[in-house]
Amino acid sequence: MEPFKNFTGLLAPLDRANVDTDAIIPKQFLKSIARTGFGPYLFDELRYLDHGEPGMDCSHRPLNPEFVLNDPRYQNADILLARENFGCGSSREHAPWALADYGFRVILAPSFADIFFNNCFKNGLLPIVLAADVIDDLFGQAYGPEALRLRVDLPAQQLTLVSRGERIAFEVDPGHKDRLLKGLDDIGVTLSRADAIRAYEARRGVEAPWLFFSAS
Amino acid sequence: MGAKTLYDKLWDAHVVETDENGAALLYIDRQLVHEVTSPQAFEGLRLAGRRPWRTDSHLAVPDHNVPTRDLHEGITDPVSRIQVETLDQHCSDFGITLFRMADPRQGIVHVIGAEQGFTLPGATLVCGDSHTSTHGAFGALAFGIGTSEVEHVLATQTLIQRKSKTLLISVDGEVGPGITAKDIVLAIIGEIGTAGGTGSVIEFAGEAIRALSMEGRMTVCNMAIEAGARAGLIGVDEKTIAYLRGRPYAPSGELFERAADQWRTLVSDPGAHFDRVVRIDAACILPQVTWGTSPEMVAPVGARVPNPADQSDPVKAEGMRRALEYMGLEPGTAITEIRPDKIFIGSCTNSRIEDLRAAAAVVKGRKVAAGIQLALVVPGSGLVKAQAEAEGLDRIFVEAGFEWREPGCSMCLAMNADRLEPGERCASTSNRNFEGRQGQGGRTHLVSPAMAAAAAVTGHFIDVRQL
Repeated sequence: MEPFKNFTGLLAPLDRANVDTDAIIPKQFLKSIARTGFGPYLFDELRYLDHGEPGMDCSHRPLNPEFVLNDPRYQNADILLARENFGCGSSREHAPWALADYGFRVILAPSFADIFFNNCFKNGLLPIVLAADVIDDLFGQAYGPEALRLRVDLPAQQLTLVSRGERIAFEVDPGHKDRLLKGLDDIGVTLSRADAIRAYEARRGVEAPWLFFSAS
Repeated sequence: MGAKTLYDKLWDAHVVETDENGAALLYIDRQLVHEVTSPQAFEGLRLAGRRPWRTDSHLAVPDHNVPTRDLHEGITDPVSRIQVETLDQHCSDFGITLFRMADPRQGIVHVIGAEQGFTLPGATLVCGDSHTSTHGAFGALAFGIGTSEVEHVLATQTLIQRKSKTLLISVDGEVGPGITAKDIVLAIIGEIGTAGGTGSVIEFAGEAIRALSMEGRMTVCNMAIEAGARAGLIGVDEKTIAYLRGRPYAPSGELFERAADQWRTLVSDPGAHFDRVVRIDAACILPQVTWGTSPEMVAPVGARVPNPADQSDPVKAEGMRRALEYMGLEPGTAITEIRPDKIFIGSCTNSRIEDLRAAAAVVKGRKVAAGIQLALVVPGSGLVKAQAEAEGLDRIFVEAGFEWREPGCSMCLAMNADRLEPGERCASTSNRNFEGRQGQGGRTHLVSPAMAAAAAVTGHFIDVRQL
């Protein structure tokens, strides 16, 4: 995974609550056995007027003019502003794969669904929880004639509104932060603790031996 | 040590160690694997030259893409076929046990886990599927994970986790006659909302939960994720133990008795602290029908479709307006006036033998109504199907005009050929009524198997207790 770098980016507002992972990437695209190439199908049913299928060339598909990512102001957005319970539903990691592949690097919302939230960090995406009134304020500004640009500083845990210079602090789990900044391979890190895992297995195998063998 | 919750006990028993940031390395005893969320995980292992830490702790089965009829023709959709063949290949390469499509034990991953005794009390169990919460019905800590975590479990047998908050939902007293586990869990979600459990593990307790069969408990825990919870849990009792006795992957003989003694301790201690407690009066729960595009948009069958104008929260009101537009419903419409085009009885929520019995009891001696274009019954596994056929349930369904299909996820998420067309309305025993979930433009109403059967034979939603 690439280390997460500070950047200044464009914000796109998606003003609906409970955006589920079926909406982020519909089921027909889950048939892929690859990890890449989901970006053109991100929000497929909201973004296009026709029915999408895997492998389609999206450059000629009819766009839904009502959908925010089709608004000229928000082209090449890298920060998604969302409402509560973003990413609810299915555990599909295809959702963060699609968001990252499209070009998003940060998602701001008052709350996220748990599995989606964890999946983001595995893919270099930073989900940030902000207070509901801060989110409301950002929505208000995002709809102005000038799209909103934000500076994202992960080490300092700070967002800066480029136009007003206003700063917003945010929280992030120190483990998640460390792995994002270093672009660490989680599995490699865990395997460095193999002795502890083996010691646990030896202990647990005595307490609950039925968990350590399979069907007769 | 003070009084512990069931979650505390499961958590403490699985912490390998805690890192400098306070995150736990949690040992994972069991992993269920299916074709949709595993290919990239196996590929990741292969690219890094890694092998599974343990091969005996995983059980794989294709379910999402499998067709539910004409199995002898195989999977006709080439993309679906490649995904299932890829699972076969990966399991063969990495030494993982697989129930192939033709295996009589094949079925929906969350049906077969319990059926095989692969799910055990006191275990941690994960799967790249959000409805893994189902297995919490056995006093197991079970939760859905993404593909990167599937790979992490394959390679290390662990996950990096932080402890969740605890939410106790106590359903006190007895439910009325004809009220099922599905009605209980839909009523709970209606009460606490789809984000009501976010960041929490929910323990379901109370007389009404204790009174449920294991099948009913699985239905309740299955939908814990629809309340946003990390996992659902129900304490172990003699029903749990009786269900597991003699199952292929459960211990046997003296070891079973030893295990059972330990499993009996898997309940929350009296006086254990929960971060939040919600009490629901079981007697007030009525048959439920969802009217919108989120499981929290639910009402008793005797109610009317609500009016967004009555909602004070503007974001919620807008969500309701959008949902009603998508669903093609007007505020104030009686739920009983809503007429489905299709009926789906199946999914990891409601495709077990008890579900099929409940639906068949309603259908028996009746016919599918003229306005219903398709009524499907999709058993949760080959073994459920065989059991239902031994009891003659298949004949009841077929004589009434239902189609009796082969096991799989089917129209719950429409990755195979079973799906809704745009604008079609479905009475479905599945778990999600999201836009497009059962097919682009499809309109889903979530109900219990008995309520789906009642809608099938009358052509509209009706309180099954009136039939």
